[in-house]
Amino acid sequence: MTTTTRIERHHYDVVVIGAGGAGLRAAIEARLAGRKTAIISKSLFGKAHTVMAEGGAAAAMGNVNSRDNWQVHFRDTMRGGKFLNNFRMAELHAKESPQRIWELETYGALFDRTKDGKISQRNFGGHEYPRLAHVGDRTGLELIRTLQQKIVSLQQEDKRDLGDYEARIKVFSETTITELLLDGDRIAGAFGYYRESGEFVLFEAPAVVLATGGVGRSYKVTSNSWEYTGDGHALALRAGATLINMEFLQFHPTGMVWPPSVKGILVTESVRGDGGVLKNSEGKRFMFDYVPDVFRKQYADNEAEADRWYADPDNNRRPPELLPRDEVARAINSEVKAGRGTPAGGVYLDIASRKSADEIRRRLPSMYHQFKELADVDITKEPMEVGPTCHYVMGGVEVDPDSGAAAGTVRGLFAAGEVSGGMHGSNRLGGNSLSDLLVFGKRAGGHAASYTEQLASRPRVSISAVEAAVETALAPLQRDTGESPYTLQQDLQAVMGDLVGIIRRQGELEDALRRLAELRERVAKVSASGGRRYNPGWHLALDLRNMLVVSECTAMAALERQESRGGHTREDFPAMDPKWRRVNLVCALDGDTVRLTHKPLPKMRPELVGLFDRAELAKYLTDEELAEFDALTEEER
Amino acid sequence: MGDNGSPAGKPGAKRRFRIWRGDENGGDLRDYTVEVNEGEVVLDVIHRLQATDAPDLACRWNCKAGKCGSCSMEINGKPRLSCMTRMSTFTEDETVTVTPLRTFPVIRDLVTDVSFNYEKARETPAFAPPEGVAPGDYRMQQVDVERSQEFRKCIECFLCQNVCHVIRDHEENKPAFSGPRYFIRAAELDMHPLDARTDRREYAQAEQGLGFCNITKCCTEVCPEHIKITDNAIIPMKERVVDRRYDPLVWLGSKIFRRGQEPQSTAGSAGKESVVHSGVRQVGVHSHGGGSGDPSAEVQAQKGVNWHREVPHPTAPAVDASGKLPLTELTFDRAAAPSPFGDDVTFPLPPEHLNFAHPSQDEKH
Repeated sequence: MTTTTRIERHHYDVVVIGAGGAGLRAAIEARLAGRKTAIISKSLFGKAHTVMAEGGAAAAMGNVNSRDNWQVHFRDTMRGGKFLNNFRMAELHAKESPQRIWELETYGALFDRTKDGKISQRNFGGHEYPRLAHVGDRTGLELIRTLQQKIVSLQQEDKRDLGDYEARIKVFSETTITELLLDGDRIAGAFGYYRESGEFVLFEAPAVVLATGGVGRSYKVTSNSWEYTGDGHALALRAGATLINMEFLQFHPTGMVWPPSVKGILVTESVRGDGGVLKNSEGKRFMFDYVPDVFRKQYADNEAEADRWYADPDNNRRPPELLPRDEVARAINSEVKAGRGTPAGGVYLDIASRKSADEIRRRLPSMYHQFKELADVDITKEPMEVGPTCHYVMGGVEVDPDSGAAAGTVRGLFAAGEVSGGMHGSNRLGGNSLSDLLVFGKRAGGHAASYTEQLASRPRVSISAVEAAVETALAPLQRDTGESPYTLQQDLQAVMGDLVGIIRRQGELEDALRRLAELRERVAKVSASGGRRYNPGWHLALDLRNMLVVSECTAMAALERQESRGGHTREDFPAMDPKWRRVNLVCALDGDTVRLTHKPLPKMRPELVGLFDRAELAKYLTDEELAEFDALTEEER
Repeated sequence: MGDNGSPAGKPGAKRRFRIWRGDENGGDLRDYTVEVNEGEVVLDVIHRLQATDAPDLACRWNCKAGKCGSCSMEINGKPRLSCMTRMSTFTEDETVTVTPLRTFPVIRDLVTDVSFNYEKARETPAFAPPEGVAPGDYRMQQVDVERSQEFRKCIECFLCQNVCHVIRDHEENKPAFSGPRYFIRAAELDMHPLDARTDRREYAQAEQGLGFCNITKCCTEVCPEHIKITDNAIIPMKERVVDRRYDPLVWLGSKIFRRGQEPQSTAGSAGKESVVHSGVRQVGVHSHGGGSGDPSAEVQAQKGVNWHREVPHPTAPAVDASGKLPLTELTFDRAAAPSPFGDDVTFPLPPEHLNFAHPSQDEKH
């Protein structure tokens, strides 16, 4: 065994794991609070998956339609999440996102503008008013680059004041954390390795912010990058924190299905927001057949009205192509299953016949570019071929809404962004993730900083824990009898894609759990060939156990929740059940085994319930809750 | 759509690859035969190799959609993003050779140490927010932000840095040269309508080594985001720096007034500088490529400088039959780069040949 004394050690106040939007925003906040902060990035600095976000960042600034405000945004978010959201998170998000966006401008961001020089806002699925601040269709890139450059500017300040760029904030790029280390119930540090050299590194820190993103690599068809192996989810579980809502995965309705090399890659919703329509192989604009009752009031039932909406949104209902993502994904899935799909198993997304070539190139530059370069398809001339792709996990670390502190038995652990759960309920609205990153990234970073301040003593890392972490990390390299990590990943993806996909059934979910149990045995014996220097096989072998435990949580929760809601559709329980709305499914680790418990949802404050009309609430709430609501409105009178 | 894919890769066809394997101590090209399916890109093939013959083949990638700029490598000698290099661009019997970026030190296989770029990023002064403008009160016009937005499209793939001959094979230039990526960063901030710093161009010249660049346009040619690095960032930055440095009036002004009070481009005014006063009937003789043999220019020179002459609009560079810019380091007939101004031009140019419209004179006009 490697002696632990030779491991490189660093001391920080706050360690942020993940260098996407949430991680960088958290790090900025911790550094501004005067804490010595480390950012751990699995890839190079500035490559995080946030760059893939296209549409924009939702914030009720009211620049385009002055009737927009936080209450409307809150309503849309709750509606989109089918009322399963943590209401307090949705409230904070709606209230604070405009400030977070404006703040980015002071960091140097250049959003597209309205005529009067304000930040332009665009329409997006599920949002009542134009709300998404955007930069063409590369908003995620703008966001990550802006935060990256803000961190550089803070480093320049430190260089000026303290003589060293890295005096108070340092980015450890291409570094993976494999274990969180505890002192009793308090976070004491994080252990990991440099991908480049394979050398281990130990961070001693009393506070850790998880901002590791999602879990999509457990699926065959996904828009997510290799980094999305559920590291943060698994680290949190192993440290004693809990996960909620893991059954809810968002399948983005419009991923590319052709050519195969780019299967899964997203076609932004803005294509639909800007007039693109979905057609089946018979040329029919089929979305009108799939407007659920709860949305009848907001969505048009005929093409004429839908088409008028783009120019006159105040007097017409929205086109059904702009329904929330889960609805559109299910509709496409149904069309394909009914035999009306394209040869590659998708449907057509047509903007070519609806907008001029010039306008398409101007409004959707990177879409145009992406299709031209990757698929040799000219979207100004022919329709795109799209289908659902695994895109986002709503579930994640259960957190305190105000501080981002992880629930469960651990202290000093915070989470923000996709790795945290609750904010989006059962389904996330497009555009809400970028603002989520900023709002809760800032909160988690700030609260992690103040947590370290009130600590009486610094937690200590135990040598035995480090030794155990070293042993676990080296194990795949020392075995040569096990299977290849690539084979295991493919098998895991097959189980999740086939049995825990968009449409779920009890029998298949039970089967999935059996197969995951088998995979657990095989993953425990995985072996990686080659050395420690930049060895992707070894890296994957270490990621596999994270992917596996998170997949188990998803499958168990999906089996438990006997209803269909948002990103969880059960063929055997096709309807939403108000009783299930009151329940969050919480996963924790008991030794090595995932334990699932029911936990009641926090009760929404009366003034927030009052933002909805009774007819709408009736679709989601139990009779008992409705009676309470009636009593409340009675009182007000 | 499903049927218009390229026929180059029939399902399961075996193709030959040569991939550089090794580390900082050396390495060699290894031959692989690998299955290639229709519609795949080079990165797919590398992934297949990892899953089969070469599980420890090191390669960076993230988004696989040409948006993150991680998978830069040299494919058949050309710097490319492997996720955007379709296999259908090669003939079926062609061996595809994949090597790491040459300008940066190899870590292992196709992964190089690109920390040079992050160091240069850290040296480039950050955005300076305008004083007294509260968050939420920023007002800019779309037309003004668009110029900087072009440069903010950059995905930091560092292909421009890799191909730039100033540092490719010239390790000794690295300390003094930031490279095209950071020239466009400086240009972006220079053109930012609300950036409070006014010395971006001087900085580019003095600290970033802008003067090393002799506009061979290799960076523009390899940019996967099609940013016109040379035409829209480097040349305007160079010209304005030249204005400041060589224009006698500005030089005199900078001696009389304190430095920093000279006419500067301020918020929103950057666009005005290139305004051509069309009412003026002066025959424009300015040309980067022209020598000093033009008689009308000589006459003009005798009369003194006319600030209101018509200057030519920037034009797109000519491309060759394959749609590429004609100049590349790889095909040029001599070592090192040619003068971008033509071999017959000597410097300094006579003042009347400079592409400059004097701001204060223009105002009076």
